[in-house]
Amino acid sequence: MIPAPFDYIRPASVEDACRVLADAETAGDEVKVLAGGQSLLPLLRLRLAYPSALVDLGRLPELRGVADRGDHVYIGALTTHDEVMRSGVVREHVPLVALATATVADPAVRHRGTFGGSMAHADPAGDLPAVALALDCVFVVRSSDGEREIPAAEFFVDYLEPALEPGEVLLGVRVPKLGSGWGFHYEKFHRTAQAWATVGVAAAVRRGDGGTIEEARIGLTNMGPTPVRARVTEVALRGVAPSPSGSNGSDPLRDACAQADAGTSPPADLHARPDYRRHLARVLTRRAVGAALG
Amino acid sequence: MTEQLDAGLVAGRIAESGQVSEPSAEREMGRARRRKEDARLVTGRTMWTDNIQLPGMLYVAFLRSPMAHARITGVDVSAARSLPGVVAAYSGRDLAEEQGSLPCAWPVTEDIVIPDHPPMAVDEVRYPGEAVACVVATDRYRAADALEAIAVDYEPLDPVLDMTEALAEGAPKVHEAGNRAFTWKFAGGDIDAAFRDAPVVIDRAYVQQRLIPTAMEPRAVVATTDGDGFTLYSATQIPHVLRVMLAMTTGIPEHKLRVVAPDVGGGFGSKLQVTAEEVLALLLARRLGRPVKWTESRSEGNLTVHHGRDQLQRIAVAADRDGRIRGVRVELLADMGAYLMLVTPGVPLLGAFMYNGIYKMDAYDFTCTGVFTTKMPTDAYRGAGRPEATFAIERAVDELAHELGMDPVEVRRRNWITREEFPYTTIAGLTYDSGDYEAATEKALAMFGYDGLRAEQADRRERHDPVQLGIGVSTYTEMCGLAPSRVLGSLSYGAGGWEHAAVRLLPTGKVEVVTGTSPHGQGHETAWSQIAADALGVPFEDVSVLHGDTSVAHRGMDTYGSRSLVVGGVAVLAACEKVKERARELAAHLMEASADDVEFDGGRFRVRGTDEGRTIQELALAAFAAHDLPGGFEPRLDAEATFDPDNFSFPHGTHLCAVEVDTETGRCAIRSYVAVDDVGSVVNPLIVEGQVHGGIAQGVGQALFEEAVHDADGNLVTTTMADYLIPSAADLPEFTTDRTETPATSNPLGVKGVGEAGTIASTPAVVNAIADALRPYGVRDVRMPCTPERIWRALAEAEVTVPAQSRAAVPSTSEIAPEGGAR
Ligand SMILES: Cc1cc2nc3c(=O)[nH]c(=O)nc-3n(C[C@H](O)[C@H](O)[C@H](O)COP(=O)(O)OP(=O)(O)OC[C@H]3O[C@@H](n4cnc5c(N)ncnc54)[C@H](O)[C@@H]3O)c2cc1C
Repeated sequence: MIPAPFDYIRPASVEDACRVLADAETAGDEVKVLAGGQSLLPLLRLRLAYPSALVDLGRLPELRGVADRGDHVYIGALTTHDEVMRSGVVREHVPLVALATATVADPAVRHRGTFGGSMAHADPAGDLPAVALALDCVFVVRSSDGEREIPAAEFFVDYLEPALEPGEVLLGVRVPKLGSGWGFHYEKFHRTAQAWATVGVAAAVRRGDGGTIEEARIGLTNMGPTPVRARVTEVALRGVAPSPSGSNGSDPLRDACAQADAGTSPPADLHARPDYRRHLARVLTRRAVGAALG
Repeated sequence: MTEQLDAGLVAGRIAESGQVSEPSAEREMGRARRRKEDARLVTGRTMWTDNIQLPGMLYVAFLRSPMAHARITGVDVSAARSLPGVVAAYSGRDLAEEQGSLPCAWPVTEDIVIPDHPPMAVDEVRYPGEAVACVVATDRYRAADALEAIAVDYEPLDPVLDMTEALAEGAPKVHEAGNRAFTWKFAGGDIDAAFRDAPVVIDRAYVQQRLIPTAMEPRAVVATTDGDGFTLYSATQIPHVLRVMLAMTTGIPEHKLRVVAPDVGGGFGSKLQVTAEEVLALLLARRLGRPVKWTESRSEGNLTVHHGRDQLQRIAVAADRDGRIRGVRVELLADMGAYLMLVTPGVPLLGAFMYNGIYKMDAYDFTCTGVFTTKMPTDAYRGAGRPEATFAIERAVDELAHELGMDPVEVRRRNWITREEFPYTTIAGLTYDSGDYEAATEKALAMFGYDGLRAEQADRRERHDPVQLGIGVSTYTEMCGLAPSRVLGSLSYGAGGWEHAAVRLLPTGKVEVVTGTSPHGQGHETAWSQIAADALGVPFEDVSVLHGDTSVAHRGMDTYGSRSLVVGGVAVLAACEKVKERARELAAHLMEASADDVEFDGGRFRVRGTDEGRTIQELALAAFAAHDLPGGFEPRLDAEATFDPDNFSFPHGTHLCAVEVDTETGRCAIRSYVAVDDVGSVVNPLIVEGQVHGGIAQGVGQALFEEAVHDADGNLVTTTMADYLIPSAADLPEFTTDRTETPATSNPLGVKGVGEAGTIASTPAVVNAIADALRPYGVRDVRMPCTPERIWRALAEAEVTVPAQSRAAVPSTSEIAPEGGAR
């Protein structure tokens, strides 16, 4: 597995990177940004992508790190999965991100792969896009024309297609803090410990004083060409008083999650066909919500 | 003044310098030594084939067929030839005159069809990944780039993917001679009588899915020539067999060909082969006069390492109401793939003698048809034929137990050969020399907590727990120690089954053991050192083991079929014994005693009843000095031995597996696993443990995870490790292992072999457990690998109604697409 030849460029700053990308665009060259390389390099090695050059952001410290910014946590695009899941700020204020990141691949991949790379790759089977969607994250991007922000709901356009224009670099992601009363869980179903999710469910649930669910946000992994919100279920969960399945066999949570797959178009692949994925989405959403409620 | 070279003096000096370590009082046999070869293997600072660098070396890359079946109407390599760094590029046609045909050493029947098998396709490709052209360049990157400049014209032909369809009238043909390679039959007893009026007949079909052997080290080859002679370095299990076969197929005279298996990182049978790449590397080195190297990528390996298993099994067991088995009938279709490689047709037949398992019965009938398809050829993969056989009989016996309402352990007890009955000649004609199924089973049941788990299972069934518990039993045996040469002859195999060893005492008393086995991860250097240390009374550290180079170990039959210890280790012992007898003769001479009065103990020869003695190190130096030897005694303490066993060996054991099946998602998790194996006497318990753990993991891989999948066009879709899933430690429970030790009576070490036991035993244990968990739901079987989706579908389609809360939602029929393309 040897990639086709390409040039390697290591910009000294983000401005520099944006300039290189802009020049390449003018010249009509296909240039790719390189972060941790954990998704891009396999594509090159399988010769499924033939960029003429890679622009390596790996040595730009300004793109790396986690910051507590009051109402949100800012995660630099080049922060590795390992740094994210170990960050005290992430664990305290946006625990769902830490929970989901800990399920990504294996330690070797987590030490190289980056938070921003996972988003920019826009793989619906990746664990973090569904989390970003559920938490309504905001993506901060920059090109030689300046900076702009993209809400998560608009970021994942299609399979492996983020809303990044050619020449744009993802700088970082704002993850809103949800405040008190919320519980979180990421439920990943995969065939081996290091495999990608067959289906994953990111759940954030807020319970009111009376114990009933007041708000739920559910992001689904690998249920379509992009991550999706289980909106029907989010609505159905509102006002549900979760009780351990009653003596009459009723389970209000299960009922509320019975349409978790509504509006999805799950793929068929070696690990699952669509009907099975739909079934999993329903079962796993029930479990994720239950676990988030604690 | 020079001192007189005196043996005793020199020995004293060596002792002073600390070079002679005292032999330890503890026997080496049975000692859990850490493996002496591991430091270099684990760190990779060693001679892996891909680490070899030779002056002027060139790199080969192969262009491989993107189609399962096509006529080649044109190959144009001219553009590739003109690229920078490219030294040569060839099509199959360019090499057609000299490349010959890859060998099949096992023509199992008189009328077997053995098609011509060119290493590089010339007119037609018959499996995806078959090499059609190659580039030789100054580095591997240029070679890979140049492949894209080669133009090949293909005229697609119909793929042949399904064995049953392949045998039907008018099916597209893989080869002109048709898709049936052979039909092989074997029988014992009166099978019709056994089935006639049988009160119970269990008749089942099982699919042994196609597996892709996944060794840690990919295949790699380096070929070099000095103009006259050739050296081939290859990540192979079989340097000796390879040399003979290559001499026969390439025309390079045997004495001009040296084959080296440097350190090799695993094989599991996949490196028991004469590969196209090995032959082509030699031809390219010959054409170009320069060394060439090829190392496969993982995806290339998934396509073109020979595959394993791939059989359709039909097994029928006739029994009485009390559970006594009357007879077993087996019909197999075995997928050969597109060609017959080294032992392709023999693999299913290695199972032919094992479908009766550990059980007594009146009759047995076996038929196997080998079928050509447009897939990568199959060949040996850990267990080779025996895992398939064990799976079928152990699954069927569990089904029999269920049919009779009997405990699966009890049915086995009623049928197995009891400890008093050994040696026992089975219905398949093998004589099991020793065994104790009662002991292994009792121990396993106790360790497993069988009764407690059955109680928990009943409770969960009662409660309709969505997570159900299943218990799987596998009481296996296998034939190991390939093999008595006369038996191989009677099975039409092309070679014998002996093994060779040479042992030499060096002047300073150190020992070199030269073995014909070819370790590729098994730890022979450690185990053989232990055997030699005990036999010669020398310290373990004083022994080194040489192997894997035909110019060093000139004679051997290599490593596969759990044969190395049982045949090769015994040869080491025999050579040591010969050395010892020579040393005794020399000791007797030096001590002026009769050899009969000289006894050997702990590395010292002593005249019986006296203190007078000589250490084996002193004798080594005396032989080297040769100043004072018995008349006619050659000045050396060396010996060679070739051991040809009289019988196979028969390890056995009881494996018990408990699984938890989540009936909502279909996920199966192994909760506990107990293995009690009887591999005879144990040289090194740590190595045995390692083999059992790895073996179980590999068998679980077949049960739950692994499958080579082809799409409807015949393309392999599991070409990466994201698609072809093998379990890692994180996917497996802690295995609880123990042993019983019933020594083999067929060899002086009492050993039976352990390389394949875990793999053979574990697959049926796991699947039996899954079937056991799902039986109350009306599920009879789940096809391997038992993926969550297959389990869920089996539950959804099963006929028994269970309470809604534990029932998987039934998919609407419109959503059930035909599963996963063609197999
Ligand atoms: C064996 C293996 C198993 C894996 N398992 C999982 C898993 O279970 N779950 C999971 O979620 N992921 C998994 N991954 C993927 C992993 O999470 C990667 O880290 C991630 O997909 C990409 O991050 P990266 O930093 O490596 O990006 P790269 O591979 O460097 O880049 C990926 C893409 O994003 C673009 N890009 C990267 N950074 C930027 C940026 N700052 N601005 C603009 N564009 C950018 C690149 O141009 C490229 O197109 C696995 C990877 C491997 C190798």
